[in-house]
Amino acid sequence: MATKTLAGVTVEVNEEGYFMDPSKWTKEMAVEIAKEEGVELTDQHYLVLNFVRNRFATGEALTIRGVGKSGIVDIKGFYGLFPGAPMKKAAKIAGIPKPASCI
Amino acid sequence: MEKEQYPLKKVCIICAKGSIEDVYASLVMANGAVMEGIETKVFFTFFGLDAITTKQMKKLHTATVGNPAMRMPGGLPFPTILGMLPGVEAGVSAMMKSQMAALDMPPVDEFLDMITAGGGEIYACKLAVEMFKLKKEDFNENVKDIITIGDFYGLCGGQGTQIIFT
Repeated sequence: MATKTLAGVTVEVNEEGYFMDPSKWTKEMAVEIAKEEGVELTDQHYLVLNFVRNRFATGEALTIRGVGKSGIVDIKGFYGLFPGAPMKKAAKIAGIPKPASCI
Repeated sequence: MEKEQYPLKKVCIICAKGSIEDVYASLVMANGAVMEGIETKVFFTFFGLDAITTKQMKKLHTATVGNPAMRMPGGLPFPTILGMLPGVEAGVSAMMKSQMAALDMPPVDEFLDMITAGGGEIYACKLAVEMFKLKKEDFNENVKDIITIGDFYGLCGGQGTQIIFT
């Protein structure tokens, strides 16, 4: 467990850098985390971030297939927005816990 | 969790069986690697070719005879004599598919789309293709090429690579 200062506010993160309390997240923080992950946020990025945050809030399973069917991006586009490990990156930037799904 | 000193760089999966559980094991492992940003290559051979053949990929079954791990939904053992009856294999396979769909596991063709969307590569085994008398047109569009095992080993080089046989 550790703390991190983002956009001037100190938040609690776990050892891997994921938010302990998603409600503390703000859009400004997202920009800073994204920079660490090597991602520059555009409007499309924000649409995806909001989608994953909403999915997490409702408690529904968050899968990459779900993101692909969300209507915002297809799966290829998702890999383009968050290169490498899109589900993990998007979750970190969106201030939600690491996705626990195998798919 | 401590950060791994030598993380996986490449995962090469060989799928040689055609039952639902074996095919999906390979696909979930391949997609899991792709989702972690690991370079992934999958080689389908022998009965694994069913997973990438357009005509067969929607008809995968699981064995109800000779499958000692198969149990009835309540947990009681699954009698072999029941597994032999006409329609039981199809029924159990359909049940398995619906359980997987409930967990948002896609059908095989969509799964292959997901793996290649993330940069994974799919290959068919030349020897098995010749044995089953198949052609490139018989395969799903995501199959990159028909190659020999030697060619596949050539693609599996590099430090931090693991080859997994399923």
